[in-house]
Amino acid sequence: MFRKLILSESLSSQNEMTLLTRCALALVISILTIGLSAALILSPKAEPVLAIEALDKLALSGVENPVTAVLLNFRSYDTLLEIAVLLIVAVTMSTPSNKQMNQSAADTSRWLSVNDAQFVHPILTALLRWLIPLGILLSGYLLWTGAYLPGGAFQAGAVLTGVGVALAVAGRHHFTWHLFIARFVLTVGLIAFVAMAAGNALATGIVLQYPIEHAGLIILLVELAATISIAAILLMLFTQITALPNTSERLKP
Amino acid sequence: MTHDLLFSITGVVLIGIGLFGSVASTHIIKKLIAINIMGLGIFMIFLSTARHGMITDPIPHAVVLTGIVVAIAGTSLCLWLALKIHLLGEDTTEEVNANDV
Repeated sequence: MFRKLILSESLSSQNEMTLLTRCALALVISILTIGLSAALILSPKAEPVLAIEALDKLALSGVENPVTAVLLNFRSYDTLLEIAVLLIVAVTMSTPSNKQMNQSAADTSRWLSVNDAQFVHPILTALLRWLIPLGILLSGYLLWTGAYLPGGAFQAGAVLTGVGVALAVAGRHHFTWHLFIARFVLTVGLIAFVAMAAGNALATGIVLQYPIEHAGLIILLVELAATISIAAILLMLFTQITALPNTSERLKP
Repeated sequence: MTHDLLFSITGVVLIGIGLFGSVASTHIIKKLIAINIMGLGIFMIFLSTARHGMITDPIPHAVVLTGIVVAIAGTSLCLWLALKIHLLGEDTTEEVNANDV
């Protein structure tokens, strides 16, 4: 049953609910939505105790943007574990299928290989020639500006992923993820974070409490490593899914 | 205040739409999209409750930022597993499907 549930349009339309069930479901969900809205309107607003605390201690964090301060200093456990979650997903998805290995004529001895024989439309090439350096520059800017303004490792990583996706979709470039260098890039964020935590534990006795005078630099270095890893992991998720054999054909009804 | 409430209620409506979609649709990709819409609604409520007059609580912003990345990871893992199971099903139940038709 589970095997049939998945991806074919004809099977899914066979198993569809009747109109009556749909209406009943819509009714129940409408009542739920109205109830939730009423709860939101009627409930008293909470006192911003933690917000005042966080904004008070901003000077101790080493950065001026409160969101970055919370992400990488006050609650850096969150970010550490989040990078670990990303890495776990990446490890789960890192098994290449046999077809995938044979399918691509690309050179798999390098992390990023170029297949010159592949035709790419000249307009696309011209666009990418501008877009990719611009994306990398924007990513670096977002990382740097995260200390003062909205921005930081995630935004920078997402933009860098976009650059990689643009390259991969254009077709001439191919990423190979089982090489040592690729694995290093995937894990460098977590390694840097854990190393920094261990160093802090030795220096100050508390795992993720940075010395105030170096906090800005530590945060920037950890964010740099995290940006690289986040971008690499998200790009890997994209390329692994799109590289599954004949995915696009099988999605057709 | 009224702006925040508007955003919160939009978030609740998004949760409703996502909930309906995730139950009513049988196609797994549609279910996944619906669950993502539901997640967006939750993020939206969380963010709109972060404003207290003049000051903005940075903690919900940070948690939502973390949540977005984890949601992307979860979605792609779901997609990967769905495609893998689908490919597996195509290989092994081909005869059964042929007999059905």
